[in-house]
Amino acid sequence: MTKDACKKLVIDIISDIAPDEDLSGIKPEIRLRDQLQLDSMDFLDIVMELRKRHGIEVPEADYGHLASLESCADYLTPKFPDAAKA
Amino acid sequence: MNDSRYEVAIIGAGMSGLAAGIRLAHFGKKVCIFERHNAPGGLNSFYSFAGRKYDVGLHAMTNYVPPGVKGTPLGKLLRQLRIDREEFALCPQKQSRIAFGPRGETSLRFTNDFAVLEAEVAARFPAQIDGWRGLVQTVRAYDDVSLDAQPVSAREVVGRHLTDPLLTDMIFCPLMYYGSAQERDMEFGQFVIMFKALFLEGFARPFEGVRLILRVLLEKYRAAGGERRMKCGVAKIIEHEGRAARLILDNGDEIAADQVISSAGFAETMRLCEPAHLAEAGQNTGALSFIETISVLNRPPAALGWSDDTIVFFNDSERFDYARPADQVDLRSGVVCLPNNFDFAGAELPEGIFRVTCLANFDRWASLPETVYQADKQRWFAAATRSARRFLPAADDGALAAATITTDMFTPRTIRKFTGHLNGAIYGAPNKIRHGRTHLKNLFLCGTDQGFLGIVGAMLSGISMANYHVLQGGAPR
Repeated sequence: MTKDACKKLVIDIISDIAPDEDLSGIKPEIRLRDQLQLDSMDFLDIVMELRKRHGIEVPEADYGHLASLESCADYLTPKFPDAAKA
Repeated sequence: MNDSRYEVAIIGAGMSGLAAGIRLAHFGKKVCIFERHNAPGGLNSFYSFAGRKYDVGLHAMTNYVPPGVKGTPLGKLLRQLRIDREEFALCPQKQSRIAFGPRGETSLRFTNDFAVLEAEVAARFPAQIDGWRGLVQTVRAYDDVSLDAQPVSAREVVGRHLTDPLLTDMIFCPLMYYGSAQERDMEFGQFVIMFKALFLEGFARPFEGVRLILRVLLEKYRAAGGERRMKCGVAKIIEHEGRAARLILDNGDEIAADQVISSAGFAETMRLCEPAHLAEAGQNTGALSFIETISVLNRPPAALGWSDDTIVFFNDSERFDYARPADQVDLRSGVVCLPNNFDFAGAELPEGIFRVTCLANFDRWASLPETVYQADKQRWFAAATRSARRFLPAADDGALAAATITTDMFTPRTIRKFTGHLNGAIYGAPNKIRHGRTHLKNLFLCGTDQGFLGIVGAMLSGISMANYHVLQGGAPR
């Protein structure tokens, strides 16, 4: 799993949760909340979709790592099972 | 006994139970919805009678916002249930009115554009407009989805802004009719939910009515892997060591569930518990019930001169009195719904529909012998439609009679039968339980008595309770 592939998976999740958002111009460094209209229910859904689709657990204390696409990738990429092979 | 063990059992396949079920099934919970009736929908259902389809409950879906408006309940619910907005195919209302006085002399028009209502208030009540704006600001700033807000009287808060009792009553009338379980006042949080749902957002409906919404929900639930058992109500919740240990179904089967979410209502759920909690139930049972008349017409209401109004909230008494009437029906106030008058983009409903809703007294209807019941239905049907027509453009009696193909009517007795709500109380218990917890660690409430109102509110209630108590693990195991 590369960081770019990880970003794509996160974008896939957001596009399913919030199909009414335009995700084409997302800036990775900027907080998702500042570019998209996502509320706490939506963030909870990102966490739950990560668990459902990829078996990744994000404990509540770590939710801050999901603030931007870049920080998502930094935090999540090593959690994918094939990280060692990437 | 079947090997029936679920992670979550949901009581009731109404809007809230289905929404909770969709969330839980989507995230892999083994979930089953138990519904006593044959049809889903609960308070918002449909039936067929003499080959004709009728909607129950739904006059209009509140909380309508146009595509692109985000952060409102409708948008949240679509996202949470992974429903594409197009699937609901919502058609906006034309206009609605609040009409007060013996012939509706004072009238406030409102549409899905809030500026229309504000201009009407400014024109009819110029001295109140600053207070009105202050009220709107307070409403907008209020956190109405907080699960632990302290109850405050809406009459008190509104009274700080509006001093004209007529305007105050006119604003309360639609909000109470579309969701208040409390007599004469509302909890301010409920007032805010309704004010936003009706005035700041608006009305819409699918061309097909409530059955389309239910079809979408059922299909999502099925696709997510949820189970449901229809004609299979929950008869008892057996308590053991502070938990809902088992559920006994109407057919005698037993099932077990780690967690139970009940949309049956607070008092109704307390009475399902074994041992039953009758004292708690008795202290928080609703008293407000309704009758509704339905006239099916062979032409659109516009042909009778009723072309503009979608919904009309009316009252002719000096002070609007939202309470259980002493008589069988209170004819002084009510609601007219003309479902043909949504903007269906050129399409026409196959028949004209004219519905009238009035407050009614459950006890006065409940005990009637069948022949008297049928005769009283006819009598009150005529009286309610006559009362309501005072607030619509004049139509000839003969023309209306000639246009009427058939009629039907529901009473508090019908509501009790099909929703299970004690006293036929459509909007349930006067005191809502926002956090949804009960005396049992693994039993939660959703729906009407959790307190998010309207059908959008009901769905959000199911979503919130499923999220909070099950998916986020808010509940101790």
